[in-house]
Amino acid sequence: MRRFKWLVPTLYIVFLMLPIYWLLNMSFKTTNEILGGFSLLPQDFTLENYKKIFTDPTWYNGYLNSLAYVVFNTVISVCAALPAAYAFSRYRFLGDKHLFFWLLTNRMAPPAVFALPFFQLYSAIGLFDTHIAVALAHCLFNIPLAVWILEGFMSGVPKELDETAYIDGHSFPSFFVKIFIPTITAGIGVAAFFCFMFSWVELLLAKTLTSVEAKPIAATMTRTASTSGYELGLLAAAGTLTIIPGAFVIYFVRNYIAKGFALGRV
Amino acid sequence: MAAKTANHKAWWLVAPVVALVAFNALIPMMTVVNYSFQETFGDNVFFFEGFKWYEQVLGSERFHAALGRQLAFTFTILVIEIPLGVAVALAMPRKGIGVSVCLVLMALPLLIPWNVVGAMWNIFALPDIGLLGRALNGLGLAYDFTQDPTSAWITTIVMDVWHWTSLVVLLAYAGLRSIPEAYYQAAKIDGASAWAIFRHIQLSKMKRVLTIAVLLRFMDSFMIYTEPFVLTGGGPGNTTTFLSIDLVKIALGQFDLGPAAAMSLIYFLIVLLLSWVFYSLMMRNEER
Repeated sequence: MRRFKWLVPTLYIVFLMLPIYWLLNMSFKTTNEILGGFSLLPQDFTLENYKKIFTDPTWYNGYLNSLAYVVFNTVISVCAALPAAYAFSRYRFLGDKHLFFWLLTNRMAPPAVFALPFFQLYSAIGLFDTHIAVALAHCLFNIPLAVWILEGFMSGVPKELDETAYIDGHSFPSFFVKIFIPTITAGIGVAAFFCFMFSWVELLLAKTLTSVEAKPIAATMTRTASTSGYELGLLAAAGTLTIIPGAFVIYFVRNYIAKGFALGRV
Repeated sequence: MAAKTANHKAWWLVAPVVALVAFNALIPMMTVVNYSFQETFGDNVFFFEGFKWYEQVLGSERFHAALGRQLAFTFTILVIEIPLGVAVALAMPRKGIGVSVCLVLMALPLLIPWNVVGAMWNIFALPDIGLLGRALNGLGLAYDFTQDPTSAWITTIVMDVWHWTSLVVLLAYAGLRSIPEAYYQAAKIDGASAWAIFRHIQLSKMKRVLTIAVLLRFMDSFMIYTEPFVLTGGGPGNTTTFLSIDLVKIALGQFDLGPAAAMSLIYFLIVLLLSWVFYSLMMRNEER
């Protein structure tokens, strides 16, 4: 039985790759070929779909918009979460447990609940259709997650490190920046990965808060699908391109990914 | 872990987080609460309606049906994803290049935007041009997720399994990796069976991460919106209209603010209550 153990992950990966293969296959076909027949490989191989995306500003701006708010969000979430996670992992303070649970409850709020009020709130303060609006809105679920992950990693760092540093005459800010942050870079990488991931894949809020200037790529795709008939090849190419940033990010954190998914608590 | 010191100044450290999250959570939440008690005919004129909307939502067949579908969906995917994820994690290689390859490929579905997941499965499952649809119909099965409720339901489940099982795999794998080699050697000396090793060593070590897995999968599947919306649009009929889809239909489609707001709060409270149960179980495990 041991000898066939590799079959399980292999079959699982094949199952995961099948729809991705089909998306790739479609992206190299013309719309006519897609609707005209069925083939496992493109008969009339074309790069037209990709060319269209890279030359048409409504398409490539979608990618730039998405990347802009995702990066903003990741920076804001991690910077805000670092001191908070430190406080939760090291100190007892008034209402700490309640506060931690309250933060987590925001991870449990269905985005659909917030769609309309978010639209009104961000319109009222004049941030509607800006990258910063989406970046701030995504803080709702990314900050609690970042705090949770970082707290897990920080609790794994022995307290003696802090105490020695204070005895050596470090002030809190100097200890935190010069000593503590370098020791938990893995945790920061994992937290940043998760913020990137959840901001990148979310669409409902990003779509609600934007119209033209900051429209994410995912929203560009849904609109194309409904307005200009059904350009499946183009849609498939755009979809394929949305997988690439994720694949890059995974590659960079691959060694910490398993621990990261366990929120540092193994 | 050493005992924490009491320090109320730590509030300064959490202040930025509290400010950012409160801005995004409290103000919209107040708006929702406000709407849920009022009736409007436009022009910003509102009338106080008491608990009318809550009674209407809680008594409506439509809400019961959507909640029923939601519970059935969440239950089904948990029953499939958790054991499948554990099984894959157990069979994964422990060292060598295979580990990286497995982790990177398995994590891939998690980083695809949710509407792309829906669009991808749509293209993949279409009966005329999709690989899956073609294959199933070729086998003589009457499969068409755009027309047939059973097909639509199964496709939605399989899509979610495809999308999220890797999360369970990664969590379970992280749990397995934390088991010292000495445990296995001890079990070998005692002549423990594979089942006994699984039951007493691996499963007990994975308990904590599996609680996180169940919690995350429960919350996220209960809030699912984009993937089924893009795949089936909630159809055929209402067969795949889950709570979020129904809510957005009422709020943004029909613009019935009162009932939508009341439904939002009931929905949120259900997620909160069930998550709290999981959370307290998890914390109890951690204290042990």
